[in-house]
Amino acid sequence: MNEADVANEADEANEPVTNGTVTTGTAENGTAVVVPARDARAADPAALRPVRPTRRPPGRSGRLVRLVAPLATLAVVLFGWWYGSVRILDPDRRFLLPPPQDVARVGLLDGDNRAELLGGLWSTSKVALVGLALSIVIGVLFAIVMSQARWVEHSLYPYAVVLQTIPILAVVPLLGFWFGFEFRSRVIVCVLVAVFPIITNTLFGLRSVEPDLHDLFSLYGAGRVRRLVRLELPAALPAAITGCKISAGLAVIGSIIADFFFRQGDPGIGRLIDIYRQRVATEQLLTALFLSSLVGLVLFWGFEALGGFVQRRRSSRPH
Amino acid sequence: MEITYTPGRSPVPVARLRSVSMVFADGTHALDDISIELRQSEFVSLVGPSGCGKSTVLRLLAGFEVPSTGAVETTGDTVGYVFQEPTLLPWRTVAANVTLPAQLTGLPAATARDRAGDVLRRVGLTGFERHRPGQLSGGMRMRVSIARALMLRPRLFLFDEPFGALDEITRERLNEELSSLFLTEPFSGLFVTHSVPEAVFLSTRVLVMSARPGRIVADVAVPFGWPRAPGLRYTPEFAALASRVSTALRDACEVTS
Ligand SMILES: Nc1ncnc2c1ncn2[C@@H]1O[C@H](COP(=O)(O)OP(=O)(O)OP(=O)(O)O)[C@@H](O)[C@H]1O
Ligand SMILES: [Mg+2]
Repeated sequence: MNEADVANEADEANEPVTNGTVTTGTAENGTAVVVPARDARAADPAALRPVRPTRRPPGRSGRLVRLVAPLATLAVVLFGWWYGSVRILDPDRRFLLPPPQDVARVGLLDGDNRAELLGGLWSTSKVALVGLALSIVIGVLFAIVMSQARWVEHSLYPYAVVLQTIPILAVVPLLGFWFGFEFRSRVIVCVLVAVFPIITNTLFGLRSVEPDLHDLFSLYGAGRVRRLVRLELPAALPAAITGCKISAGLAVIGSIIADFFFRQGDPGIGRLIDIYRQRVATEQLLTALFLSSLVGLVLFWGFEALGGFVQRRRSSRPH
Repeated sequence: MEITYTPGRSPVPVARLRSVSMVFADGTHALDDISIELRQSEFVSLVGPSGCGKSTVLRLLAGFEVPSTGAVETTGDTVGYVFQEPTLLPWRTVAANVTLPAQLTGLPAATARDRAGDVLRRVGLTGFERHRPGQLSGGMRMRVSIARALMLRPRLFLFDEPFGALDEITRERLNEELSSLFLTEPFSGLFVTHSVPEAVFLSTRVLVMSARPGRIVADVAVPFGWPRAPGLRYTPEFAALASRVSTALRDACEVTS
């Protein structure tokens, strides 16, 4: 800003323009102070216009919107589905995509079918829950071990990444040979699929501690264990929960994949899906699909709520 | 107010840098042959251009860094360190943050509780024990940070621009509180700041550092008595001293820039 701006910001718009200079007031000794006009347009009162907001107005996202918006999406999808099925598909090809009401009738309202599906769902959920719990324990332990020394991280991390890239379909039969075709192998598949996001997110959280806080702990002579328990783990909690949110869905997928291959023990959703596929029972296939995504969704919401709780505890008023 | 000693009159050193140079791993030459002695019951401020190595001096005294050459000496007692940010643990309440040093050094829990109540009263935060840092204002968080540093009753207190992020009114009030704290607690302080009035108001001595690599270019004694009234800031003597420090600081900045 030049001096003219500072001296006369308030009234420069009312001053006459004379030959590129603006007479901008009278100094103490009575002589006029003449300063060069910075820009003739600025001195014209008509040139003033309201400031155009350059920020987007904040969107409304109340409780109601959070509830209504996903339901609206659901309604649109259901309508599109129904429209595609009833209005677009030929009646004799409708078995490819039966309309929503048929899926609900056959898959959920029919007692036998429902019992079969819910039984499968329970078996799949059990495996997914145990797998997820094990993934959390193993993932957090791995992250802790890696966070303690760079050499450990360098020796283990590449193989944690490999977990993400191995074709799980090739490993599944091997696991069957080694560990049998029941619960144990299914849980192992779950862990293989779900553990990686927990490792990476927890490790990221453990490393995200501010250097000043580490210095503070050094000042009071805190050793590794105290530093870990009182500083790094609490600091990593939100990131670890984010990892769990991602892994929850993966655990369900892992459980279904395992089910698909290991045909002993209770039939889970995976095996039912295979049976429905052979029978071309599209209604039940779709119901199985919805129910299993619902399990993932519920787990996700659980971790979301936990994350929100942790966040609130760290910032809100005491009770 | 109970005054327990006369600030700035003791010959006993509590911390010393002797011909310390600091070159970081990346080749940054932060300090060049710097010598500082801090005596008991002195409150010394360190001012200097940004990046001249003030924080490095404090970090050396706290043992966070090892000097490239020269010696860093302290009494070996616990050091109080107040960081530029409050550096509180967001998941802990105010009371739990303040007792952290006690917990880490294995002080009995009962002692820790008593002391926590005491230090929180000293910084004017009684009644906020159960709040979390996220619910406090910037000034209150800084008070918690100071209370935490007081927990182990340090003899050497290091401050790294603790009030730099606060507004002028809050800063002045905290200066006054810190000044009375200094009178009642037997510590020696080394206080880094960018504010010349703050340095003069708080200190028995002001050190001015040159631009990087940092050296001490002026050592200005502050002869005002204690306790210091807030109005001291508006006296001509204060202005004269502040202007001496400012001039030295400006010269220090112009050396390289
Ligand atoms: N760990 C480090 N590695 C490399 N260079 C460093 C390191 N720490 C500090 N420095 C450099 O040393 C110099 C002094 O840093 P220092 O933080 O002590 O400055 P300062 O005087 O506290 O500055 P400010 O007033 O901005 O806080 C700077 O140039 C900084 O970039
Ligand atoms: Mg600094």
